[in-house]
Amino acid sequence: MKKLNQRQKTVILTVIMAVLLTAIYVCGALIPDEAVNGSFLDAGQSPSFAHPFGTDTLGRDLLLRTVKGLSVSMTVGLAASVISGVIAVLTGAAAASGSRLADSFIGWLIDLVMSVPHTILVMLISFAMGRELKGLLIGIAATHWCSLARVIRGEVLQLRDRHYIAVSRKLGRSSAWILAHHLLPHLTPQFLVGLILMFPHAVLHEATVSFLGFGLSPEQPAIGIILSESMRYLTAGMWWSAVLPGLTLVLIVLLIDKLGDCLKMIIDPYTVQE
Amino acid sequence: MALEARNVYFRYNKKSPWILEDCSLKIERGERLAVLAPSGYGKTTLAMLLSGYLAPVRGEILLDGKPLPKKGVCPVQLIYQHPEKAVDPRWRMKRVLEESGGLKEDMLPAFGIERAWLERFPRELSGGELQRFCAARALMSGADYLICDEISTMLDAVTQAQIWSVISEEAERRNMGLIAVTHNRHLAERVAERIVDLSE
Repeated sequence: MKKLNQRQKTVILTVIMAVLLTAIYVCGALIPDEAVNGSFLDAGQSPSFAHPFGTDTLGRDLLLRTVKGLSVSMTVGLAASVISGVIAVLTGAAAASGSRLADSFIGWLIDLVMSVPHTILVMLISFAMGRELKGLLIGIAATHWCSLARVIRGEVLQLRDRHYIAVSRKLGRSSAWILAHHLLPHLTPQFLVGLILMFPHAVLHEATVSFLGFGLSPEQPAIGIILSESMRYLTAGMWWSAVLPGLTLVLIVLLIDKLGDCLKMIIDPYTVQE
Repeated sequence: MALEARNVYFRYNKKSPWILEDCSLKIERGERLAVLAPSGYGKTTLAMLLSGYLAPVRGEILLDGKPLPKKGVCPVQLIYQHPEKAVDPRWRMKRVLEESGGLKEDMLPAFGIERAWLERFPRELSGGELQRFCAARALMSGADYLICDEISTMLDAVTQAQIWSVISEEAERRNMGLIAVTHNRHLAERVAERIVDLSE
């Protein structure tokens, strides 16, 4: 077999991880609600062939519930981080390229949002929006854009003074063209890294808020709900109900992290030919 | 038909000292001029002012009696001292040349640009190789005046001669005004018809 170079390996790895993540997501979304309903005869079983992750106190199969939960958590994590990422790029870019007044206003807004503890704000927004997926999404998105917006603002300020941007202007390019062709490609890696860092945050916030009873309703199989339920039975020796779903969550977060690394390697000119 | 700096004053902010004081310079189309001075006499600042990258604090830069156009392709193009800062590190070289408005592939051999380089990223080329791209980009934009700000300091003697011969040939063919900013008197005498010494 011909030896693959680093780039081909990275591309293959990226595709495998993307397929794996999509598969988990699709599987979770396809599992019908009835499949998760268990019978009390099977309650509290430790891992076996019939139930690889064991069952919980209501007799529900934890593997099915975990996969379904992962897909819910991934929806929350991805959607919330994408929304706040977009907010961050828009506000960051506006702060850096707008007037000094706009810059200080956005700076003040960032300080304001960051000064309120995230959890409280997410709870309030989620509760006010009716304790559903939508409320949770808006809550998490509205609180997580700040630090990324700051990074983006700094990056745009730095990019703006680059000589090749000035050259581009002298070659007759408009500001919009420069934004699309020079600035945005430089912001993409920051954006991706920001998204990846936000993802576990979003999932954990979802878990926290659901645990406290202000997020998703308890019958929904989100990872946060599963984990918070399992806390109650840990002392009864049901280690599998916390350890296995927790491990899968860690695994997914690591997978997404690695996926981000690989993507960065593929698009970054400093590593693209390696 | 001339590019002119009329009584130009420049400093970077109100607290800093004047870099250029009452500086005047005029170049006709088709003329080749060298601006000569040791380091720190504002050669680069003058080049940036003449090409519109900076605006003078007092005085004016006039092209055919009018200020430099703010929009569209600027008829005065500057080739910068540091080519690695003048190209987007995320672009392949082909795109860098296309940004000038049109890639003229027949011009490439004259600059010593190899076709394979077009698919490379800037960091995969040396400073001298990058500078050829910057020179080619400035010429492909169809400028009337070309300002070369110490463009050949990082090149070896052969490449220096090669680049300057392409630039002067092209300048002559298109009847362009050429300003060579340098601290090398031999180069100035070789390239230009007239020498302005800023240190005098």
